[in-house]
Amino acid sequence: MSVINDTKAIVIGMWTTWKHIFRRPVTLQYPEEKRIPYPRYRARIVLTRDPDGGERCVACYLCSAACPVDCISMQSAATEEGRRYALWFRINFSRCIFCGLCAEACPTMAIQMTPDFEICNRDIMNLVYEKEDLLIDGCGKSPEYNFYHHAGIGVTQRRGAGLEEKPPVDVRSLMP
Amino acid sequence: MFDPIDIAITLGKILLVFMVIMTMAAYLVLAERKLLGYIQDRIGPNRVGPFGIWQPLADAIKLFTKEDFKPAGADKWLFYLAPAMAAIPAIMIFAVIPFGAPLTLFGRQVTMQVSDLNVGLLLFVAFSSIAVYGVALGGWASNSKYALLGSIRGLAQLISYEISMGLSLVPVVMLARSFQLSEIVGAQEGCWFIVYQPLAFIIFMISILAECKRVPFDIPEAEGEIVAGYHTEYSGMRFSLFFVGEYINIVVLGGLAATFFLGGWHGPFLPPVLWFFIKVLAVAFLFIWIRGTLPRMRYDQLMMFCWKVLTPLALLNILATAWFILLKG
Repeated sequence: MSVINDTKAIVIGMWTTWKHIFRRPVTLQYPEEKRIPYPRYRARIVLTRDPDGGERCVACYLCSAACPVDCISMQSAATEEGRRYALWFRINFSRCIFCGLCAEACPTMAIQMTPDFEICNRDIMNLVYEKEDLLIDGCGKSPEYNFYHHAGIGVTQRRGAGLEEKPPVDVRSLMP
Repeated sequence: MFDPIDIAITLGKILLVFMVIMTMAAYLVLAERKLLGYIQDRIGPNRVGPFGIWQPLADAIKLFTKEDFKPAGADKWLFYLAPAMAAIPAIMIFAVIPFGAPLTLFGRQVTMQVSDLNVGLLLFVAFSSIAVYGVALGGWASNSKYALLGSIRGLAQLISYEISMGLSLVPVVMLARSFQLSEIVGAQEGCWFIVYQPLAFIIFMISILAECKRVPFDIPEAEGEIVAGYHTEYSGMRFSLFFVGEYINIVVLGGLAATFFLGGWHGPFLPPVLWFFIKVLAVAFLFIWIRGTLPRMRYDQLMMFCWKVLTPLALLNILATAWFILLKG
């Protein structure tokens, strides 16, 4: 009997919605209650420093090349000893899609994503972050990493002084 | 002939009923949004005042300040007239509904009813037919294909379901032996008509659900198919007249369901007006609950259900009732 089946279906549906009336709502009252995102959540981008306090960024342009919406721009420069840094570094957060490709591309782990998602603004020009706005004091997610302890041979340290690096072989003493 | 105190009392009752209905309709919108929220595990509006209690006020301010828009090529006067045609008959029906026991104030009998017409039931049927014009003219005058489609659907649906609704009320009239709503309520003093006429009650409820154009039967304004149906082109206060008219309709038809089948204002312990309110709100709750549950019917299912199921059933019900009354003598 289709009438009985249909009535049964309606009654079951009505009973289900009735039960849901008394269920606790899943809503989060946003400005009052805030959801804490996971540590690897991809939101506002920061520039981190190495453990010694120096800027990690070497202005290699890899992040700006990886960026699918071209929101990162910079100007590279070099100190007298030959260490590269960004003269200026700019991220336009009104264009950023928070894909994280820049952080993935970064060879020095300078550019990193943070879980801070509240960067709304009434003035769109306030969403253009300069280097001073982006730089943080900490090391971000890689507290021990220092690029110049692994690379930068001959620039910031002499040959053979890096970590996991053997000193250069003296060919004169290398006798069988 | 015309007692000035009588006229004053009647005007007072009109004002009271109007205010109460408008407030109820406004808060029914809030109640519906809240209840649908809870059904869907949400909270619903809760920003304007505690528990969103001033939400209707905020909505009203928003709707009043919106642009009064008329689409190009629309039939101006019909376009302006249609929302009123939809809302006013709905309020007018309440004139014949008795919402409480007659009171005796200062030695004067005051009926809790604006006008105790002896053909109240027929007046209700007539006014609910006039409300069809709001839908038809609104859709026609908008000069929009979606509005026209919606109004065609609405016309067919409202006229069809009016028949099953009217037929489901015939047994009530037979039992009460009157078209007068106060007498219909009076006849239910001992036992509500829902006990004698469960089938008629179910047919009536389904039919008024379709008359209100509410969810399983909301094809005249089916969003997702024809935008918003017959009121697609309306904005601001004109839209809200359609919108509020719908909720007034729920209140009024809830009141009629209470009057015809649920014993009107009769009930134990509580004061009669309160009983009437409880019954109206119960019907409104049922409507909202159904809206939160059921999906929309297809157009052919809707028509088939009315003409092949409800109308024959209502006719059979009339025959059975007549036979029963005749046997009883």
